[in-house]
Amino acid sequence: MMKVVEGSYAVAHAAMCCSPDVVSAYPITPQTHIVEHLSQLVADGELRAEFLTVDSEFSALSVLVGVSAAGGRSYSSTTSQGLALMYEVLYNVSGMRLPIVMTVANRALSAPLNIWNDQQDSIGARDVGWIQLYSENVQEAVDTTVQAYKIAESLEIMTPVMVCMDGFILTHVYEPVELLDKEQVADFLPPYRPTDILDPQNPKTFGAFADPSTYTEFRYLQYEAHLKALSKIENVAKEYAEVFGRDFGGLLDAYQADDAEIIIVTMGSVVGTIKEAIDGLRAEGTKVGLVKIRSYRPFPAQALMKELKNADVIAVIEKDICVGNEAALLTDIKAAFYNSNLRMPIIGFAAGLGGRDITIKDIRKAVEKASAARKGIESQFEFLTLRKEIL
Amino acid sequence: MNPNELGTYAKNTWCPGCGNFSIFNAVRAVLAELNYDGTPIDNVVLVSGIGCHAKIVDYLNVNSFYSIHGRTLPVAMGIKLGNPDLNVICFSGDGDCLAEGLDHLIFAAKRNIDLTLILHNNRVYGLTTGQYTPTSPKGFKGKSTPLGTEEFPINPLELMIASGATFIARGYSHGIDLLKRLFREAILHKGFSFVDVLQVCVSYFNMYEVYNKRVYEVKSSDLGNFEEALKLIRSWNYNDSESPIPLGKFYEIEAPQFDRLFPGYEPHSVDTDAMIKDVLDNLI
Ligand SMILES: Cc1ncc(C[n+]2csc(CCOP(=O)(O)OP(=O)(O)O)c2C)c(N)n1
Ligand code: SF4
Ligand SMILES: [Mg+2]
Repeated sequence: MMKVVEGSYAVAHAAMCCSPDVVSAYPITPQTHIVEHLSQLVADGELRAEFLTVDSEFSALSVLVGVSAAGGRSYSSTTSQGLALMYEVLYNVSGMRLPIVMTVANRALSAPLNIWNDQQDSIGARDVGWIQLYSENVQEAVDTTVQAYKIAESLEIMTPVMVCMDGFILTHVYEPVELLDKEQVADFLPPYRPTDILDPQNPKTFGAFADPSTYTEFRYLQYEAHLKALSKIENVAKEYAEVFGRDFGGLLDAYQADDAEIIIVTMGSVVGTIKEAIDGLRAEGTKVGLVKIRSYRPFPAQALMKELKNADVIAVIEKDICVGNEAALLTDIKAAFYNSNLRMPIIGFAAGLGGRDITIKDIRKAVEKASAARKGIESQFEFLTLRKEIL
Repeated sequence: MNPNELGTYAKNTWCPGCGNFSIFNAVRAVLAELNYDGTPIDNVVLVSGIGCHAKIVDYLNVNSFYSIHGRTLPVAMGIKLGNPDLNVICFSGDGDCLAEGLDHLIFAAKRNIDLTLILHNNRVYGLTTGQYTPTSPKGFKGKSTPLGTEEFPINPLELMIASGATFIARGYSHGIDLLKRLFREAILHKGFSFVDVLQVCVSYFNMYEVYNKRVYEVKSSDLGNFEEALKLIRSWNYNDSESPIPLGKFYEIEAPQFDRLFPGYEPHSVDTDAMIKDVLDNLI
């Protein structure tokens, strides 16, 4: 049913359709509305789940560790400081192979204090072993939530998933969204049937001590599960498209990329602005295209190379900064390409930090720089909209 | 010093009628007074958490530190240990210091470190617009608990006396004279001072009517009596809707201060005067 709703409501509704047994979260802007809507859905009897309000994000995720280990399907959401506070538990969840799904309403980190959108929070947690899927708009965040459970809980994967959506831009926007039908979701998403749970009839230990003779193998199995997730994510997206009729891509998605000389690579809601910029540039004869990354972890190196191989130059625009090096996605793409025979210049931009708008003009500037880079790289990495006058 | 001198140009964004205004006015008056009495304002450091309460440091022109949610006290402890001569005053919310950062509160009291903690106890998460906190009464219908909470509230004063705080008091945002007295005494007390302020949040938990009917001031003559103080503290449990609510100073004792166990250190910082002199010398 198509309805104009707030992004947070749409995502809460999607989480409800996945019938989690327990929801636990702590309020933090701009995620708060998601939990509020969920608590209302529970209160209204639409979602038959335990809703646990807790004293911190650390507790929220820790509670779900217990829930999941005891065989329950669980959901949480957080952002920024809250995700940072969960850090220790994030590793616990992935290491114990608990398929928790969590929405991250991407927001900048303190200091300085800032409540607006960028993606530093989830990028900072890129190595914690969770699958990370980024959404371009509210509908994609809705659809990805359902896909996330299917991916996370499939027995060959058993890996938690963060569904990332840009804070405010997507959580607070009202737009027309196709709300899901609970029965249809139930048909698509099989009940959670883990093989290893805490069961009095069949005692097991979670989080046991692994000394140097076995620790590596635990990590290897996680690594392998992520490799398997590469095809799983593709397949689940295809299946989803067949049932629900919507397709936002699998590992990634492309726009006007086939004949593009310059290809922009990005993640999240800025995709919309970039598409608009591309339409304008194309009308003027500049062959620009876009590749949107949905799955940042696992990193879709092969799929990217296939999509980008004919470009003359690649420009990465991303909302994070790895202080001390450059920005994360840029490094990942360069690393993926190094051992291939692809040798086009790859340049990158940190943009939209702490909620600064990324405008069509800014995209055009990045394209100009990319165009110049074709003739020899001038700068490999820079801040796209730096206000030099206030430095 | 005129209290107005302690204001800033930051735009005040508290809701009209918010109890934070009383805390702000009382603190400002007390700091001005203390400055007059010989506690230089430059020796005062204000530390806040994150929440509506925290904005107070934006509005007071005093050294201040905006920490992260829940970590008011550890930052303040570090500041105090670094320089025990500083007068460190913390502003924290009931979410900030009874949920997210509860462990720090217990340790500050247990160590009896010489800090003052003013709890802006509106019994709701104000800044995130109205969810229940550890001091909300059972059944509180907030945005995250539309059917009402299932939990009983914490009595923070009971927790504090059990943990070793050496100054315990309660004020109310509708009663600035008492607030001024309590803040002044808490700041002058040597050791960990805890002042619970029933700070009314007009937007998400307006308790003015309830409190106005039930609060009364106590003047304890035996402030060092643990049993008596505990009895007073337990006479209202933040939940029942009948008992009178005592305000005032409930407990004060002397005990060794944690911050006196450390030598402190000379702060390392850039000597800007020397730098300017250097530039000028080189110019000539
Ligand atoms: C780790 C973390 N989690 C959540 C938040 C979001 N947050 C900001 S203020 C606040 C609660 C504030 O409540 P309280 O401490 O009672 O202060 P008040 O606004 O009521 O003065 C929360 C949950 C945060 N900033 N950091
Ligand atoms: S929300 Fe409540 S606590 Fe925050 S400023 Fe408004 S009245 Fe005060
Ligand atoms: Mg509060």
